[in-house]
Amino acid sequence: MSDIAIKVENLSKRYRIGLKEEMHDSLVAATIDFVKQPIVNLRRLRRLSHFEEDGHDAEDVIWALGGVSFEVKQGEVVGIIGRNGAGKTTLLKILSRITEPTSGRVEICGRVSSLLEVGTGFHPELTGRENIYLNGTILGMKKTEIDRKFDEIVDFSGVEKFIDTPVKRYSSGMRVRLAFSVAAHLEPEIMLVDEVLAVGDAVFQKKCLGKMGDVARGGRTVLFVSHNMMAIKSLCPTVIWLNNGKIQSIGEAEEIVQAYLRDSEAVCVTYYHPAQPIEGRDISLIEARLLFEGDVPDNGQELVFEVKIEVLKKMQFSAHMFVYREYGLVMVAADYHSPVAPEELAPGMFTLRFKIPPYLLNPGMYSLGLMLADYDGNNEQYLSAQDLIRFDLEDDGYRRGNRYHLGWGGAVSPILPVSITRDSR
Amino acid sequence: MPDPAMRLRRDQPSDLEDRVEPSNAQHVAVDLAPHAPELTVIEPSSGWQLIDWRELWRYRDLFYFLVWRDVKVRYAQSVLGIGWAVVQPVFSMIVFTIVFGNLAKVASDGVPYAIFSYTGLVPWAYFSSALTGASSSLVSAAGMISKVYFPRLIIPLTAVLSNLVDFAIALLILFGLMVWFGTSPTIGALLLPLLVLLMMLTAAGLGMWLTALAIQYRDVKYGLSFAVQLLMYAAPVVYPASAIPHRYRLLYGLNPMAGVIEGFRSALLGSQPMPWDLLLMGTITAMIAFISGALYFRRMERIFADVE
Repeated sequence: MSDIAIKVENLSKRYRIGLKEEMHDSLVAATIDFVKQPIVNLRRLRRLSHFEEDGHDAEDVIWALGGVSFEVKQGEVVGIIGRNGAGKTTLLKILSRITEPTSGRVEICGRVSSLLEVGTGFHPELTGRENIYLNGTILGMKKTEIDRKFDEIVDFSGVEKFIDTPVKRYSSGMRVRLAFSVAAHLEPEIMLVDEVLAVGDAVFQKKCLGKMGDVARGGRTVLFVSHNMMAIKSLCPTVIWLNNGKIQSIGEAEEIVQAYLRDSEAVCVTYYHPAQPIEGRDISLIEARLLFEGDVPDNGQELVFEVKIEVLKKMQFSAHMFVYREYGLVMVAADYHSPVAPEELAPGMFTLRFKIPPYLLNPGMYSLGLMLADYDGNNEQYLSAQDLIRFDLEDDGYRRGNRYHLGWGGAVSPILPVSITRDSR
Repeated sequence: MPDPAMRLRRDQPSDLEDRVEPSNAQHVAVDLAPHAPELTVIEPSSGWQLIDWRELWRYRDLFYFLVWRDVKVRYAQSVLGIGWAVVQPVFSMIVFTIVFGNLAKVASDGVPYAIFSYTGLVPWAYFSSALTGASSSLVSAAGMISKVYFPRLIIPLTAVLSNLVDFAIALLILFGLMVWFGTSPTIGALLLPLLVLLMMLTAAGLGMWLTALAIQYRDVKYGLSFAVQLLMYAAPVVYPASAIPHRYRLLYGLNPMAGVIEGFRSALLGSQPMPWDLLLMGTITAMIAFISGALYFRRMERIFADVE
C-alpha cells in the first residue's frame, strides 16, 4: 500500500428521519388510536432500521452522504467544512466505525482515534483517577499506556489535588479540563476530530487549538471538522467542502475557505425553517429566526434571535446561544438554564429569545447558532446547530452620519463616552 | 497559514509506510502489538456474524474497567453498600420460608425450607439481575455508542460479569447457612464451576437478545422486570423440581435455570441426585440461546448508533 492513510470510495449513508406523531382531534379517534397504537408503534420503530429495497423510499428518507470519494495521505491534516446537515459529522461517524455506511468503501491504514466529544463515559461517582482510566480505555488506550502517561495527563489537566475526589464534586470546568487532558494524550496515527472546540471558555478553546496544532505538526494524519474558519485555516493545509452530502470542492485551504465564505455570504438567512425538525437527544429544533425592523438588520436596533424547540421529555437543560463572526469566531454567547421547579419542566414547545442590544456588534457578516446541553455542566450535548441564521449587519449611520465615512474600527462597537479635562493652560 | 514544520515532516520518509503490509484482509486488524499499523476496511456489512473473539480480546482493558465501574457504582451513595447483595436474597428467603414453607407447606426434598429456598434464590437472583442489567445497559450507554467505537458486545456482557460479585457474596452467605443448618456438600460440589458457567451462558444468551431488542423497542425495559418475577415460578426456586410430574420433566428442563438450581441443591444439600437430564436439556437451550443471541446482536449492532 502506498502512503495513503484514508481512502474513501463512493461513500453513501441513508437515514430515516422523523418519528412523527399523528394528532387526533376527537376522543373517539384518540381511543381508536390508543388501541391501534402498538401496531403503529411497531411499524414506526421497525421502519427506523428497515428500508424498502425497490428504491421507492418514502420522503422521510434522507441521504446524509451521497457518493463521497477522497484520499488523505499519511501525515496530512485535512479540514472539513460545510453548513449544518452537509454530512460532516456523518462522515466522521462512518470513519470512526460508529455507524455503518449504506454503500461505498473506506480503507484506513493506521490506528484511529475519534474525538467526537470529550469525556465520553465519564461517571460522576468515580474519582478523577478512575475516570482517566475508564475514559482512556474507551478512547482506545491500553491500561499500560495510561499507566505510563498518567502523571502527564494529571499535570496537563491541573486537577492534581482532586484526583481522588469523585468527579461529581468537580466544577464543570475541571471536568472538561480532565476530559480533554485524557484525549490530548492519545497517540493514534490517525485522528478524527469533531467540533469539540465548540464548548468551553476562550482559554480552553485556545489550549485545545494549541494542542491540535501540536498534533498536526507531530506528523499525524488528522481530519478536523469545524465551523471555525480561523482554526481551519491555521491548522489545515487542505480543506474539503461538503455540501448536501456531496463534495463541493477539495483544495488548498485559503482558496476553499474564501469560496465557502463567498457562497455563504450570498445567502442571508434570517428565517430558518427546515422541513423536518433537527433532532437531538429528547429535544428538537423546529425553527429559528432573527427579528429586526426594516428590510435589513442594522446595528442601531435591538435584534432578537428566536429559536423554537420542542422538549420531548420532562428534563432540565441549558441553552447556549452564540453569535459568530464570519470565520466562526464566537463574538458573544448567552445562556439559559432550566428552573429547578419541576412543574416548569413539562415537555412541550418552547421559544428561546436572545436579545442582542443595539450598538454591540460592529457592522459585518454574522451567523447565529445554539447548543442545547445538560443542565449541570457535564458537557453532554443534546443538540448543536451552528450557522442557523446568517445576516449582514448594516451600519445605521448614527456614528458615521456626521463625521465618519469609513467603517468603524473594533471587534465590537458599544457606544462608549470619551471625556476630556483640561489639566493645564 | 502554511506550516513549514508540517511540510518538513511530510517529506521525511515515514517509517509507518515500511511497516504497512499489503493486505487483502477483508476485515480489520493485522497485528495486536500496540503500535503495529492496521488496515481497517469499512463497508456495509451483510449477513450474519458470530462473535469476533479476537477483537473482544483487544478491548479487554475496556471490558475490565467497565465491569469494575459497574461493580463500584452499583451501590454508590447507599448506606448498606455491598450489603444490599446480602439483604435481597436473605429477605426473600425469610418471606418465602414463612409463606411457602410454613403456611403453604410446600415440599422441600427433606431439607429445611429456609436453606432449600435460599439455594434456589442465589442463582436466580444472579440470573434476574444480570438479565435486567444487560437489557438496560445499552440504552444507558447510548451516549457512548454514538460517540466512539468499541465492540458493542462488551456492554451486555459487562452486566453478566459484574453481577458475579453479588453472586459470590450471596454464595458466601449460603456457605454460612450450610454450617448453621449442618448440611454438608456432596461430591457433586465439584461441578459447581460448570453450573456457574451454564448460568452465565444462559444469562449472556438471553441478555444479548434482550439488549438488541431493547435499544429499538423500549418495551423490553418495562416488560422485563415483570416477566422476571413471573419466570421465577417456571424455575424450581420456591418448590422442588421433584414436584413436576415426571412426563413433563424434560420439557421443564428446557429452562436452563431449572438444571442449574437443582444442580446447586444436589451439590450443596444432597437432597436429590445430580439432575443430569435437566442439565442436558438446559445446556442445549442455553447454547441455542447464546449462539442465536450473538447472531442477532451482531446483526442489530450496526444500527444501534442510528436508532438510539
